[in-house]
Amino acid sequence: MLLVEAIILSVLAASTPLLLAATGELVTERAGVLNLGVEGMMIVGAACGFAGAWMSGSIIIGALCGIVAGMLMSVIFAFMTLGLAVNQVATGLALTILGIGLSGLIGARFVGERITTAPKLAIRGLTDIPLVGRILFGEDAFVYLSLALIVAVWWFLYRTRAGLVLRACGDNHVSAHALGYPVLRIRLLAVLFGGGCAGLAGAYLPLAYTPFFIPGMTAGRGWIALALVVFASWRPGRLVIGAYLFGAVTILQLHAQGAGVGIPSQFMSALPYLATVIVLVLLSRARTGGSTAPAALGTVFVPDR
Amino acid sequence: MQLVLEKRAERSRTIALVSPLIAIGLTLVTMSVLFAVLGKNPITALGVYFIAPLTDGYSLQEIAVKATPLVMIAIGLSLCYLANAWNIGAEGQFLIGAVAGSWIAVKTQGTEAGHWVLPAMLVAGAAAGALYALIPALCRVKFGASEILTSLMLVYVADLLLDYLVRGPWRDPAGFNFPTTAEFDPVATVPVLIEGGRLHLGSIIALVVVAAAFVLLDRTIKGFEIRVVGVAPRAARFGGFNANQLILLTFAVSGALAGLAGIIEVAGPIGHLQPGISPGYGFTAIIVAFLGRLNPVGILIAGLFLALTFIGGEQAQITMKIPLDVTKVFQGILLFYVLACDSLILYRFKLVSAAPQVQRAAR
Repeated sequence: MLLVEAIILSVLAASTPLLLAATGELVTERAGVLNLGVEGMMIVGAACGFAGAWMSGSIIIGALCGIVAGMLMSVIFAFMTLGLAVNQVATGLALTILGIGLSGLIGARFVGERITTAPKLAIRGLTDIPLVGRILFGEDAFVYLSLALIVAVWWFLYRTRAGLVLRACGDNHVSAHALGYPVLRIRLLAVLFGGGCAGLAGAYLPLAYTPFFIPGMTAGRGWIALALVVFASWRPGRLVIGAYLFGAVTILQLHAQGAGVGIPSQFMSALPYLATVIVLVLLSRARTGGSTAPAALGTVFVPDR
Repeated sequence: MQLVLEKRAERSRTIALVSPLIAIGLTLVTMSVLFAVLGKNPITALGVYFIAPLTDGYSLQEIAVKATPLVMIAIGLSLCYLANAWNIGAEGQFLIGAVAGSWIAVKTQGTEAGHWVLPAMLVAGAAAGALYALIPALCRVKFGASEILTSLMLVYVADLLLDYLVRGPWRDPAGFNFPTTAEFDPVATVPVLIEGGRLHLGSIIALVVVAAAFVLLDRTIKGFEIRVVGVAPRAARFGGFNANQLILLTFAVSGALAGLAGIIEVAGPIGHLQPGISPGYGFTAIIVAFLGRLNPVGILIAGLFLALTFIGGEQAQITMKIPLDVTKVFQGILLFYVLACDSLILYRFKLVSAAPQVQRAAR
């Protein structure tokens, strides 16, 4: 296998959890809810996903466990921010702190265990095509799923009536409410979708990326996913580009470390985080004309009945 | 049945006072259930967590030692949160403060350097923390980049920098390859208050910080500006307060306090620089700030309470084999209940059945 091919394969693998989590958060934020608990939902998804797969022996059941775990976490968030009108930033932080503790508790007895990771697609003839075969037809199911999901989200947001209503809730909840749309119910569904995606993204790590679970294995990916949504200006198309760019940064620094570039490994490991800061600054700066964020993002809505 | 929020005419003062207590009560109930699920006797476990550490002198000192960084960081964070600026990277500012102060300790090691070393370390720690916190604050003020995400990203960067230094240039040559600097010289160490004890000068500094924050918020115009900008940004603009300047100020102060806490922790209880100097103080301090209602005295009490959970958690792990992660779960649940109870200050919760509404609509 060529080095370039290997690099592209690992970039796709590294980008998939970012893309999945960011897709969910994009929908949540488009409905006007800022859920900063992505990291917490992801890490619980990782622990539950691994637990499910290890006990059942099935990757699919593991992935479902991850999705359900992420959704349950997001239910807590929805109850607090939508039901009790609590500040979304503070609640998101609480969700992350809780998630890190819970995942340690759930995952403790699985540390050191191994599973067989999700199988890669293999189509006789297609997968064997030199160079592009393995990249296009040799991935695990999560990679294809993440791409299908973002296409579906694009279609939903821009081509369906329900998507239009969801965006209306995110831009002006008072008007949406006045038109008779159930703002809180729509936001609940969006938050649940975000939770499911984050849980699946977390589960991807021990089910397909590595064959084991370690505490704290999400390593800030949830936060990077949040930054990606800003990077993408809340648009699905740019989200894909952003996720793959970040995956590439992660992988290139790993390869640079492996090749023994004379830079200490810690500086290379810091690259994705520094890149996030720089990208956020550059984008926010380019956007001084007017914000592209959903206008009601992060604001509390209490219907006056 | 449906839960409906009804806005109160004004903030309820009674609930503002009792809501942290309700939150702690609800957390204890939830924890009892969790202990029972883990197969431990809830009464015994709660006793080990919350009563046992209060019964011997060593643990009491240890609570004050753990509360010191929590209170110092949380005071700084409360200023940010009052001004509606979201610094969640205190953990990184804590680490950078520890690194900057340790630099002086490492460079003067084994020299004739006199008693200026410790004060210089404390100043360096606070300055480095403040500068590190100003990065996200400037990105927000100058470019409009979310300070939440940038301040958090810088936590990972600080962690890796510390890791590099103690594994590379600053590693103790006589340290059997462990990633740690040599023990700091006596002039580079925070003195203990009682001979042979653990309680150190840092706890006094933390109390001074609490008093200073109280005066700032309660008795000065700057404190008033900070609170107005957070509660009523429009009114603050009409009043001619500079919101951007206040963001920079609160970030710098909170970074300085976190950095100071970092170098005190390293030059005090730990005595050398190594990875893992913080069990998440910077994040737990967020809980302390909210549990203390963003009020200096409240933060002091909340800091002592959360320090108690750290000590209780360690003892529960040793005596009852309860995993350490339970402490984090406890802290997360506590923050949820605190936030939920705070909602009661502004709103009245009402359960209404859906049926009558439907009738009214039909009419």
